[in-house]
Amino acid sequence: MSTFVLLSITGLGLGALYFLIASGLSLIYGLMGVLNFAHGAFLTVGAYATWFTESKLTGISVLPRFLLGALVGLVVGAVFAALVELVLIRPLYKRHIEQVLVTVGLGLATTALVVAIWGNDARTVPAPAWLGKTTTVLGAHIPNDRWILIVTAGAVLIALNAFLRGTRYGLIIRAGVENRAMVTALGIDVRRAFTLVFALGGMAAALAGVLSNVYFSTVDPGRGTSLLIFAFIVVVIGGLGSLRGTALAAVVVGLVQQYANYYASSGLGDLSVVLLLGLVLLARPGGLSRSFA
Amino acid sequence: MTALLSVSDLHVYLGESHILQGIDFEVTEGGVTALLGRNGVGKTTTLRALMGLVDRSGQIRYGGDDITATATHKIVQRGVGYVPEDRDVFAGLTVDENLRLAERDAEPRYELVYDLFPELKERGKQPAGTLSGGQQQMVAIARALLNGNRLLLVDEPTKGLAPLLVAEVARVLERVAELATVLLVEQNLGVVNRVARDAIVLDTGRVVHVGPAQELLADRPMVHRMLGVGAAE
Repeated sequence: MSTFVLLSITGLGLGALYFLIASGLSLIYGLMGVLNFAHGAFLTVGAYATWFTESKLTGISVLPRFLLGALVGLVVGAVFAALVELVLIRPLYKRHIEQVLVTVGLGLATTALVVAIWGNDARTVPAPAWLGKTTTVLGAHIPNDRWILIVTAGAVLIALNAFLRGTRYGLIIRAGVENRAMVTALGIDVRRAFTLVFALGGMAAALAGVLSNVYFSTVDPGRGTSLLIFAFIVVVIGGLGSLRGTALAAVVVGLVQQYANYYASSGLGDLSVVLLLGLVLLARPGGLSRSFA
Repeated sequence: MTALLSVSDLHVYLGESHILQGIDFEVTEGGVTALLGRNGVGKTTTLRALMGLVDRSGQIRYGGDDITATATHKIVQRGVGYVPEDRDVFAGLTVDENLRLAERDAEPRYELVYDLFPELKERGKQPAGTLSGGQQQMVAIARALLNGNRLLLVDEPTKGLAPLLVAEVARVLERVAELATVLLVEQNLGVVNRVARDAIVLDTGRVVHVGPAQELLADRPMVHRMLGVGAAE
């Protein structure tokens, strides 16, 4: 029983990490039709900005250092993503092949730049001591960082829903996902929403970067790319453009991966996720949910 | 009468097809001007070109200003409302949200909208995708009426509606024409006969007739030749 509880909660933690990356991908694709292969770069930039800030704040205790580093990471991730939209994506709307090439190139270039500056080796990231301990639930010793992941992802889901349902920009984004041309035909400059969505997506990815630093206790240049693959799988399973579907798919993928790794064979988790993707696409080609938010 | 909208040598290509082949016409301020023609002659494309929703060349002047290169949202902000073919309501949004999204003026004209369509007030919390075709048409027209637009481009508002609703839409168009200039694409010649002052007829991407609507509709052979249907009842 305790093993099942441990697997379930760590699976939820992993799903939470996937959701934070995938939510931005889903929002960006839903509104703009952009398959953003540079999304992993947002995570990497956020994770490294956090680590770099923490490494420069050696004179203060770990918790405020971690929080300040995380804050810088989120801001850098959001600004970087907004700049990517303004400078690289905006001139390429309606040119999907070029968008793919540019975002793939940016993802590779970002990783190469990080390697060039800080090297290929993983760097240790200091985190508050409590995060390295465990909490016992039904006999299972759950690493505390998993709780942070789950609570943060839940808070992001609630905040995104509140933003989408309770603000004018949220209304524009929900309408834009359905029919972008009609939104402009109501006199709304939808490009502002595009930039905002990129910034929000970048911030969520950077948050995933901050939390992945805690989850792995290190930061490395390949983190964004490796997590992006699973985020894409989550977005496709959830239904491109559906936030609710993304949340559901992230949980399912995280759990399946953990259960398969333990109950089948270590290493089968990744394969089982790909199999799940195939099954969902066969049964529901549009993904689990087609409705937005 | 002065021209509110003036179109000259307007061309639109959709893929390889040359849909609008250099059309010229004017819409005078006030009342309803009907844009008529058989299916597929370019009526909807004309409205979409005026809105900047398709790439176009030529010249479009609105209120004296050249808007040919103006972005869609800026054209709308100059006081152009658009009621698209097939309504294009946001199905996942409620009726209230559809209307709120269209708000542009400091004081949106909800009183007018609810006076014309009292049903929309009752169904405010209902997702627009669950409304009937007629109710969706009400939402589409209401979105354009919410702001003090000077020109309304209305594309086949009676398409697919039951006869009773067609009469209701015609009544609304009469009322709307008192508030703004309307360029109306319409297949139902009964509605055109009831509301339109002028008529422009398109055929294979060109303007083939411009004149008073009543005069055109009274000429049965011409109506049959140009529109391929019997005259209006």
